[in-house]
Amino acid sequence: MLTYLGRRLVQGLAAMAIAITLAFVAMQLAPGDPATALLAASGATQQEVAERRQQLGLDDPLPTQCLRFLADLLRGDLGSSWLHGRPVGKMVVEQAPATIELALAASAIGAALGIGLGVLGATRRGRWCDTLATALAVVSLSTPTYWSGLLAILVFSLRLRWFPSSGAAGLHHLVLPALVLGVALAGSVARLVRVRVAEVLEMPFVTAARARGLPTRRVLAVHVLRPALGPALTVIALQTGFLLGGAVVTESVFARPGLGKLVLDAVLWRDLPVLRGVILVGAAAYTGMNLVADLAVAWLDPRLRERLLPLD
Amino acid sequence: MRDEDLSITWYAPRPRPLWRQGSALAAVVWLGIVGGSALLAPWLAPGGTLAADPARRLLPPGPSAWLGTDALGRDVLARLVWGGRWTLQMGLLGLSVAVGLGLPMGMAAGLAGPWLDAVLMRLTDALLAFPGLLLAMSVVALTGPGLLPVALAAGLAAAPSYARVARSAALEVRSQPYIEAAFAIGAGPWRILRRHILPNAAGALLSFAAAQLGWVLLTGAALNFLGLGGPPGTPEWGAMLAAGRGFLRDAPWASVFPGLALTLTVLAAHLLSDGVLEALRARR
Repeated sequence: MLTYLGRRLVQGLAAMAIAITLAFVAMQLAPGDPATALLAASGATQQEVAERRQQLGLDDPLPTQCLRFLADLLRGDLGSSWLHGRPVGKMVVEQAPATIELALAASAIGAALGIGLGVLGATRRGRWCDTLATALAVVSLSTPTYWSGLLAILVFSLRLRWFPSSGAAGLHHLVLPALVLGVALAGSVARLVRVRVAEVLEMPFVTAARARGLPTRRVLAVHVLRPALGPALTVIALQTGFLLGGAVVTESVFARPGLGKLVLDAVLWRDLPVLRGVILVGAAAYTGMNLVADLAVAWLDPRLRERLLPLD
Repeated sequence: MRDEDLSITWYAPRPRPLWRQGSALAAVVWLGIVGGSALLAPWLAPGGTLAADPARRLLPPGPSAWLGTDALGRDVLARLVWGGRWTLQMGLLGLSVAVGLGLPMGMAAGLAGPWLDAVLMRLTDALLAFPGLLLAMSVVALTGPGLLPVALAAGLAAAPSYARVARSAALEVRSQPYIEAAFAIGAGPWRILRRHILPNAAGALLSFAAAQLGWVLLTGAALNFLGLGGPPGTPEWGAMLAAGRGFLRDAPWASVFPGLALTLTVLAAHLLSDGVLEALRARR
């Protein structure tokens, strides 16, 4: 068990270290440099540009820059925005709560819907119920949130006037975006849960439980769902990245504040430190969530403690 | 509660080949319609996509414009047909990038020994840790917006997961006794890769490629929706969807139909992927 945890932790840290290096290198490869890019527009002189370069430490050798970047990162300093000059960490912390709120609400909806549909499909394989559940799952997987979001606005905001179409002030504003993103998440959860439950249904211990004459409901709840739902946690954790990406688009559709606006502005204005800060925070969230999910699964299902990657 | 009331199916029904699956056939037909109309766009919609007509602004769907007109009086159906070119090209280009990078990486990781495997898999772990859409957006931030960068970005962001699936498929086939037999009679690694591993992993590789096409289309169109694609006015479906947003109340068709076309195309890619997998199950 401890070896397993240790290996997972080391793997997670290795992934983060490589991710950080990639983020640094990618920025060095970027054509053009921030000093000239930002000052050129304002018509600055050569000397001003040179001063700015020195100020930003762009004249130092690459390894020095990389080490400084790492040292700053270890202190929790993600650098400063080229555009606003404000610390990136602060900007992320300001915008993150709205996005986390949306992501949590959406994952709750997605998990409930997805597990429900998956179990329904797997326990009635080949029947109309399965066909319907499978169809709903694949439709959810295929529908872009920027389209379903517009449809939701069209129906629930403009026609029925039940929910506001934009903004973020309280629960009322959260309903539509969370529903749209949650439904999009449900598809992939449902498909994986269906496969897992179907696998478990064919296990000898399920046949044995049925042969002993246990009531179907008990076989399902105790013998089938318990081993099958552990991996559902892993699946939901694996969707952290999808949720963050989806949140960016959903926030844009519903004009919600959050990391989405921050990222989009950063891409449009090539404010690379902000972009790098957000994707590193995203990568850390993903790695952390997966580690937590692995621990939870190992705790739920002792057999999985031996396996390194439960869903490889 | 009696057992019959819950009506559980305990065992899997028999698998079916691709041509016996209604959903996979429907997917092929839809992809054929989109691909065919994109190819025949100059004949199907000779007016082109920029023929703005202020007198015909925001017309609802009707005999003169089957799917209505947009805010500049352009025919939505004509733009959809032309936009299919952009969207499909973006999808196929992105998919080629994803498979072109992911397949060799996955095969090398699965077949070339533990060291290379560990190195390549830590690299894909790191890439997979970045949220896919944000990774694609970062690529666009580095290259600048445009349709080609968007396709490349979506493909690059999809490559790590393709590498993972290719590796799993390679490992699975590699553990079979016939591979051991092939090694035993002195077949070289390239021959084994070409004659044994690739054909036997083809189902999984093709199926996931179709699913990846869906992901690339969604991500590429999302980048276009966010305004990172071609110049304003490009009839790409995601961009059309975004352009119609401002007129949602009065002319929902300008957004709804591009979104529907995109959703159906992505759906077709997923159904095709499932169909290939289902047909493959039959061979086992």
